[in-house]
Amino acid sequence: MHELSICENIVSVIEEQAVEQSFGKVKTVRLEIGPLAGIELEALLFSFDVAAKGGVAENATLEVIEMPVIGLCISCSQSVEVKERYDPCPICGSFQVQITGGEELRIKELEVL
Amino acid sequence: MCTVCGCETGEMKIDGAQSRGHGHSHAPGFTQERMVQIETDILAKNNEYAAANREVFAGSNVLALNLVSSPGSGKTTLLTRTIEDIAGNTSLAVIEGDQQTTNDADRIRETGVQAVQINTGKGCHLDGHMVGHALEKLSIEDGILFIENVGNLVCPASFDLGEAHKVVILSVTEGEDKPIKYPDMFHASDVMLLTKTDLLPYLDFDVDLCLDYARRVNPNIEIFQVSPKTGEGMQNWYSWIASRQASNEIARSG
Repeated sequence: MHELSICENIVSVIEEQAVEQSFGKVKTVRLEIGPLAGIELEALLFSFDVAAKGGVAENATLEVIEMPVIGLCISCSQSVEVKERYDPCPICGSFQVQITGGEELRIKELEVL
Repeated sequence: MCTVCGCETGEMKIDGAQSRGHGHSHAPGFTQERMVQIETDILAKNNEYAAANREVFAGSNVLALNLVSSPGSGKTTLLTRTIEDIAGNTSLAVIEGDQQTTNDADRIRETGVQAVQINTGKGCHLDGHMVGHALEKLSIEDGILFIENVGNLVCPASFDLGEAHKVVILSVTEGEDKPIKYPDMFHASDVMLLTKTDLLPYLDFDVDLCLDYARRVNPNIEIFQVSPKTGEGMQNWYSWIASRQASNEIARSG
């Protein structure tokens, strides 16, 4: 349940950007989140409303772009798509898969007024 | 109170003292709708604090180890035994993280080693910022800092504290499938200590299966089987610590 502190981080980045880039209201926050980032989306959406209250991002819509989990198989040197960290390589069956994508936890862009 | 950063947490306490928060900024409004590209890592701020901690560790030649596990795995017992056994060789300090109470820091102080307790309030993990403030209360040079994280196998995986290594502790009274149930933590850790091995004769715990699961999630993880109660296997763990301290690998990229 660290989604609330993640949301506090999101809101603090937005508040900083509001000063730097001179905007007073945020309509949409677009995030890129990988399935391995350890984020429960339902909890994130719930926490965001709480964290954003009283600031420039109050009532903003949170949009999440879900990223794929990509791994590099050490055994067969292929870049493969897997679901979990402990999944075997779908090509050769080896467990020596190094995750290269799917851990994203990023604010991509904001729609602001 | 915070002089170097914008403290924003109201719940955190360090050795019982409340940290003070402050309000947020408001910008003058523009009415035109537009798109602002941010492309910022949400944990960037935490990572900055962690990087600052890492610099402190590098500057004072401190090996920082972040101990993570579920509640009740025996982290503090393992830590007090470790401290008692290696305190003669090097200088030590401990940062304890729990939601409430100073019990763990008190237990550490009983060994004669300096300890700071962070109470996270409702928080489920330590972060780089909390550890930075805790460091202000410790004086350590050329030694080892153990950071005992909040007992939680989920959230602490995401928060870099500036440590050289995460060390995950799993006790044999838990399920052998913990590494695949909580893969993020076992993936983020460089070392796994399988502890309470003195209890193995009384349990149906499949050690080989457990180690296999851990290596599936993290092919490079180093594993030591230890019993703080009997001392069995503890020497391997101490040798690993000594080797890390010797090699100049204080700073690991987060």
